[in-house]
Parts: sequence; C-alpha cells; structure tokens
Amino acid sequence: MKDLFVVAIVVMIFIIIFQIAKASEYVSVLKGEEKSRKQNNKINGFLLICFLVLGLTGAWYCNELYFGKTLFPQGSASVEGEKIDLMLYITFGVTGTVFIITQVLLFWFAFKYQEKEGKKAFYFPHNTKLELLWTTVPAIFLTVLVVFGLKYWFKMTGDAPKNAVVVEITGHQFAWDMRYPGKDGKLGKKNFKLYNQPSGNTLAVDFEDPESWDDLHTTDMHLPVGRPVKLVINAMDVIHDVGLSHFRMKMDAVPGIPTTMWFTPKYTTEEMKVRTGNPNFVYEISCDQMCGKGHFSMRGVIVVESEADYNKWLASQKPEYFTLFPNKDPEKQNQATDSASIANKPIAQLMPSN
Amino acid sequence: MSTMSLQETAHHEGHADAHGEHHHHETFITKYVFSQDHKTIAKQFLVTGIIWAIIGGFFSVIFRLQLGDPNATYPWLEDLLGHWAKGGKLQPEFYYALVTMHGTILVFFVLTAGLSGTFANFLIPLQIGARDMASPMLNMLSYWFFFLASVIMMSSLFVQTGPASGGWTIYPPLSALGEASLGSKIGMDLWLVSMAMFIVSSLLGGLNYITTILNMRTKGMSMTRMPLTIWSLFFTAVLGVLSFPVLLSGAILLLFDRNLGTSFYLSDIVVAGKILPNEGGSAILFQHLFWFLGHPEVYIILLPAMGMSSEILSVNSRKPIFGYMAMVGSLFAITILAFLVWAHHMFVTGLNPFLGSVFVLLTLLIAVPSAIKVFNWLTTLWRGNIRFTPAMLFAIGFVSLFISGGLTGIFLGNSALDIHLHDTYFVIAHFHIVMGVASFFGMFAGVYHWYPKMFGRYLNNTLAYIHFWITIVGAYLIFWPMHYEGLAGMPRRYYDFSNWESFKMFGGLNEFISFVALIVFAVQILFVINFFYSIWKGRKVTTQNPWEANTLEWTAPIRPGHGNWPGEIPEVYRWPYDYAKDGKDFIPQNVPVGADESKH
Repeated sequence: MKDLFVVAIVVMIFIIIFQIAKASEYVSVLKGEEKSRKQNNKINGFLLICFLVLGLTGAWYCNELYFGKTLFPQGSASVEGEKIDLMLYITFGVTGTVFIITQVLLFWFAFKYQEKEGKKAFYFPHNTKLELLWTTVPAIFLTVLVVFGLKYWFKMTGDAPKNAVVVEITGHQFAWDMRYPGKDGKLGKKNFKLYNQPSGNTLAVDFEDPESWDDLHTTDMHLPVGRPVKLVINAMDVIHDVGLSHFRMKMDAVPGIPTTMWFTPKYTTEEMKVRTGNPNFVYEISCDQMCGKGHFSMRGVIVVESEADYNKWLASQKPEYFTLFPNKDPEKQNQATDSASIANKPIAQLMPSN
Repeated sequence: MSTMSLQETAHHEGHADAHGEHHHHETFITKYVFSQDHKTIAKQFLVTGIIWAIIGGFFSVIFRLQLGDPNATYPWLEDLLGHWAKGGKLQPEFYYALVTMHGTILVFFVLTAGLSGTFANFLIPLQIGARDMASPMLNMLSYWFFFLASVIMMSSLFVQTGPASGGWTIYPPLSALGEASLGSKIGMDLWLVSMAMFIVSSLLGGLNYITTILNMRTKGMSMTRMPLTIWSLFFTAVLGVLSFPVLLSGAILLLFDRNLGTSFYLSDIVVAGKILPNEGGSAILFQHLFWFLGHPEVYIILLPAMGMSSEILSVNSRKPIFGYMAMVGSLFAITILAFLVWAHHMFVTGLNPFLGSVFVLLTLLIAVPSAIKVFNWLTTLWRGNIRFTPAMLFAIGFVSLFISGGLTGIFLGNSALDIHLHDTYFVIAHFHIVMGVASFFGMFAGVYHWYPKMFGRYLNNTLAYIHFWITIVGAYLIFWPMHYEGLAGMPRRYYDFSNWESFKMFGGLNEFISFVALIVFAVQILFVINFFYSIWKGRKVTTQNPWEANTLEWTAPIRPGHGNWPGEIPEVYRWPYDYAKDGKDFIPQNVPVGADESKH
C-alpha cells in the first residue's frame, strides 16, 4: 500500500512537471519565440555562473567533510607508503590548480560571452603560439610527475631487502591463509594437485619437501614493526587481490602465477589505535579483485607488534606438518602413537617417504 | 529503393529526380524494420540504446539501494526479482550480476552501439554529402546483429542461474568456472555469444563508416573540410575495427576454456574442493587481450562525444572551432596512443615493473592531446556570442566533466599511485565522470542538437533545461564524494561494507549518493518521455536550418527522404566553421567563396 502511494506521488510529480513544460512552450509561442529564447539564454547564463560558485564551494565543503575520513591525515602505516602520500599531494597540487583554472575559465567565458544584442563574435580560428604553449606546459608538468612516479615505482617493485620477513598469503573463495617459513627461513614447495581437504592440506603443500616441515599455517598475519616484510602471494581458485590500504599496498593473487610485494610496517596496531583515535582499529586485508559472491566478506587481519611479541607469537604456533602428521611430532612421539588418526589420512601420497 | 539504384543516382546526378517519392515501393517492413536508409538505422540504434540505457540505469538504482542501506528490505523487490531478492533483500550473487550487467550494458550497448551507431549512421552521409552509406545492406545487418546481441544478452537475464556476474571485464578463472560462481554457468556463455554478435555488428558498422568517409564525400569536401564530428567518428571506427577483433578472439578462447577443456587461461586451480586438470595457461593473458580492446573502447565511447561537442560549441558560440588542425591532430594522437596504454589497467597484476613504466609514460602522454582539446574548447568560447540551447549546455557540461574526470586519470595512470587507488571507489569516480557521464553528455548534446533533423520536431525546451541542470548537479553529487571513499581505500564491487572497520564510516555518504542517484535516474525518465512524446507531438521545425549552422545536413529538406537531397548533392567550397567571418554571422559550406572574402 505504501509502495503504491509512493508510485502514485512520483507519477503525479511527473505529470505536473510535464504539464508545466508543455504550458511554457505555449507561453513562449505567445510571447514570441525569439524573445523567450533570449530570456532563457539570460537565465541559463546566470545559472552557469551560479553552478561554478556553488560547485567550487561544494568541492571545498566536501573536502572539509571527508578528507578527515581518508587515510591521509593519519599518515601511511608503512615507510614506503609515505612516498605514495607525498606523490599524491604533489599530484593534488598540480591537478587541483589546472582544475580550478580550467573550470573557472569554462563557466566564466560561458557567462561573460553569452549572446547579446548587436554583439559580434570574434573570428579567431587558430593561433600557433597559443597552441604550442598549451602543448608544452602540460608536457613539462607531466614529465615531472612521470619521473617522480617511476622513481618510486621502481623502488617499490624492486627486490625486497635481504633481512625481510617472508610470509606467504594465499587467497581462496572467500578467505586468506598465511604460511610462515619457520626456522629454516624457507617455504616448502607446493603443488596444487596435492590439495586435500579431508586431510587438512588445504594449501596443497608438498610435505615430501623437508623445507615444509617447520612451516606454520595461520589465518591471521602477524608482523614485527620496523622490519621489511615480503609477501609471496598465491591464489587457489580465481584471481584475488591483497589490498592493504593502510600500508598503501596492493597486489593481485593469481592462480598459477605467484606474485610478491614488500613494505615496512611503521606503527604497531596499538600505536595505530592511538594515532587514529579509534580503539577498534585493526589492519585489514581487503580482497580488491572481484572473486565471486563472497568477495565483499573476504577479510583478513594483520597484527603489527613489537619484535619481541612477534617472536613470542611465532613460538606459540605449531608447524602444520605436525598437526597433519601427529606421529612425526617430536613432542608426541614419546606418547603412544595414535594410529587411528593416521588411518584417517586417506591419501598415501601425502605421507612423507622417509 | 535498392542499393544499385541508389548508387546510380549518386553517380548520375542528372537522374537525381528519379529519386522522387513516387519511385519508392516501400512497405512498412522495408521502411521501418528492415530499412536500408541510414537515417532510419540511426533511429533504430538510438531507440534500442535508450531502452538499454533505461534497463542499465535501473539496475544501478537497485544496487545503489543495497549500498545505500544494506539492512533495508524492499518487498516489491521480491515481487520483481523472485528468489534473487529473498525477503525483499538483494542476494549477493544477484548484486554482482546487476553490477556486471550495468557495466556491460552501459559500456557496449548504450555508449558504443547507442552512441556511435546512432550518430555515425545519422551524420556521416548527411555531413559529408552522400546519399547513404557505402553499403546500406551491411549497415542494416550491423543493426540486426546488434539486435540479435541484445536479444541474447536480454535472455541471459532470465536463465535460472542468472546472468554473468564476474564484472564487465569477465576476468577468468572466475568467468571460466561454473563452480566458482552461479553467473559463470550458462549466463556467461550467453554473455560471450552475445558479445560475439555485438562485435560482428560493430565491425560491419565500422568498415562501412570508414569506407563511406574515405570514398563518398561530395565534390569539394576534402578531408580537411570535414566537420570534427566526422573526424571523430572516423577515428572511432578505426579504433573499433582494429581492437574489437582482439576481444572476439579473447572471448572465443574463453568459450573454449569453458566448454572444450582447453587451458588458455587456466592453470593450477582448485575450485570448490575440486582439483582441475588444467595446466600451463595464464589468467593474465586474458587481461591483455581484454584491455587491448578495453582501453581503446574508452576512446570509442569518448571520441564521438568530443566530436559532437566540438561542433555544437562552435555553432552556438557563433565562432569557428579554435585550432581545427590541432583538434584533428589530437584526435589522431589519442587514437594511436589508445592502442599503447592498455596495461595501465594491470599495474597490480604482477606485471614486469619495466613494462609497467613504459605504460606509465605512454598513458600520461595522452594528457597532452587531451589538454590541447580542453584549451581549444575554452578558446572557442572566448569572445563568442553564446546561445545556451540545451545541446550547448550539455556540450559545456561535457567539457567540465571531461576536465574533472581527465585530471583524476593523472593519478591513476601513475603506477606508484595506482597501487593505492587501483580497484577503489576512486577508479569508479574517475571513469564514471570521464567516460560514463561525459559521454552521456556528449550523446545528450547530440540528441538535442540533431533531433530536429531526425524527426522534424523539437524536444520540449523546459524539460530539456530541467534535464540538464538536475543531471549535471546530480552527477557531481554522486561521483565527486566517491573520490574520498577511494582515497580511504574503499574497494569496488562490495555488496556491504558494514563489517569493515576501515570502510564502515562511509555509510551515511553511501546513503546520500544512492538518494541522489534515484533522483537523477527519475530525471532521465523525464528525458525519455520528452523524447518519445516529441516525436509525434513536439513543436514542428519550420526552417531548414534552425541552429544557423554551416554543415551540410542543414541544407537537406526538413524531413529528408531516402537519398537525403531531392536534387543534386550540394557542392562544398569551404570548411564548416566560417562563423563570424567578415562580419557575417555564418556562411554554410555550400556557399562559394566570394572574390572579396578574406582568407583564414
């Protein structure tokens, strides 16, 4: 009933506007079309200049309202991201100036040179000097922006520093999984054909590779503050994207083609709570590449903490190898072997050969 | 009137009066349905485009309702969509289907077919002085292939698993695997087949436009005397003919991957607990093939809007377009560069950083011809005697939006900045303003300007002014604040942000944007009503040249028949922008150059 009422009102408004518009057409015929055309011209010229003034005021007001909600007042949470912020401000400066000049000229010219009785337009078909001017000036500014941009681009996409913490992150519909290389500092090999859900080998790790034996499999990502971190990015099913807006970082996760990115976290999660004034602050990993119906809920969490807390956390994690093959766990080998749980692992190829 | 006799008439001007009405043996079917008259085909493209625009726009209203208030339920939505909106709440699968179809419809069916299809067909023969296209038959087929594509795409809305839902860019593996998404089942096959038909339509049209422009210009119409509309439509057709086949090949390979077990795009995949046998393919390959069309596509959409706005700005400023050769040159530069920048959509795919840097350079290079165009438009207005017809307002609006959206491209084209902004609302704001709304403004400008030529009647002016003002204010209100959401990292294509600590503070803004979107959509309906009402009831055009313009279409009768000019085709003696020259308000192209006339 309420819906019908709304529809009826909308239809009524349409009919009223339509009738007014039709009536105005008759009025303009009565008044003389030329006269009403000139009147319309004046009104629209005036509206154009109003639009300019209100529009620029609106842009300023919008900035007042929302700039505080963007990530820039709180600063980048990674060292590398600060360069991106600086570039953003430079680009803002350049484009903002061009924006204001061109929009003001556009609407001001439209208003100022509106049709007037007896006025003649100025025949001005071309002027080589002017055209050269606005070819070269933008070219110079763009060169500056390109040089800055590429300098940072090559730095950020270059190799990660040697002391970087390596973490592997794997996306699948619709969650993230992390893998830490363990004490040997090396991640074990993977082969997608070894994927086995019942056994728990959801990352398709090749457990015949001894380097995999000390690897940790976690759902949250913990990182030490102030140390570079290199992410090795995988996807199981479709393309995902590791979006880390606080660190100004982003990289696709492509099935079959591992990608990498690196950055240096600057503030711990606790420090960010203070910086943002938000006690619930948390570093979130958003999936930034459309990946299916649960795309919007593919959320991951990063905890940035002090080196000591990070090491404590690492020590509390158990290698996945031992969770999947409890009989290989040195802690459990003293206890009676739980043969039943091994029998539950149906895939023989998952068993280490030794 | 058959193709043969048309060409004969064109070649033997002496027999031109054999073209009179009494020689037409046209039935309703040949005149309005399977017509070979370029003007009728143009109207068919326009009307089909308008229908698609209403559907595509309505889809955006539905998903904006979801974004505006993720917790609200709308019982009427369930009546409309059934199980896709269980309990009156849009389901995520269908939200993504709507987003995908909104993009597909607006980019291809409205702003490519509806815009180029309409104005290339309508304006090319009339403005270069030809009786029809080089091949009216291919032209007719071009429309009917588009119609077929439309029927197939429309039918995909009614299959049980729903239409394609992987985004309009249909990246595999998501689009290749039925297990990954409901929309990747039969809906995706229909999408690909429909697009194949669409590409055939676009190629038939494009080849025809190029041939007609190169071969069928009237006497005296040298290339440098062509209106900028024709130049822009020419470059648009070149872009389409060279890039659409690449998308076709990409789409066919995707069909193979989906149905024949090939591995062009698939490798190392475990989906829904199933290990797929595919190895050795590359998901990124598809993105290269897609964007090799996808980026030129942006210019396929934008160039006609640029050309029409240039023409309309000049006519209504009563001044020549400033820097004609620079305008043509910058169109040419944009056309070449359009082919060399596609990978700027792929900066975060793990692309080789050196390759990325080349694409940064080439992408930002496009800003130079774009800047030339903007400053030339501004100079065209300078010291003019401007008439604010509805078409002129939309052309001015086009320039404003092109500036706003173009400048944010400088952020996104710079790869280091793109890392942060990629796939956020900043991108949505950027491309909706510069390619979506700006091109729509170009299209509206074109419709308001050439409507009297199309239908012999005017659109209602008051409704036109309401339409313009609410649309331009609304468009800025919708898309301007989205830049801020993007700067906060808010990702695109999210169904609900309320569980995200980082993004949930924009709930109020999203509600505001949805509210404005609803109003702007309603005003477009007002335009559609105005459009159809005026075809039959609009004020009649009484003079041959209502805008006092120089181009040839205004030398044809008010309602031109098939063949356009009843007698001889007018001969051209000058460029189309002799406004305010030698104290004369305007001098049409078919007026011979006087002995005492100054040179420009």
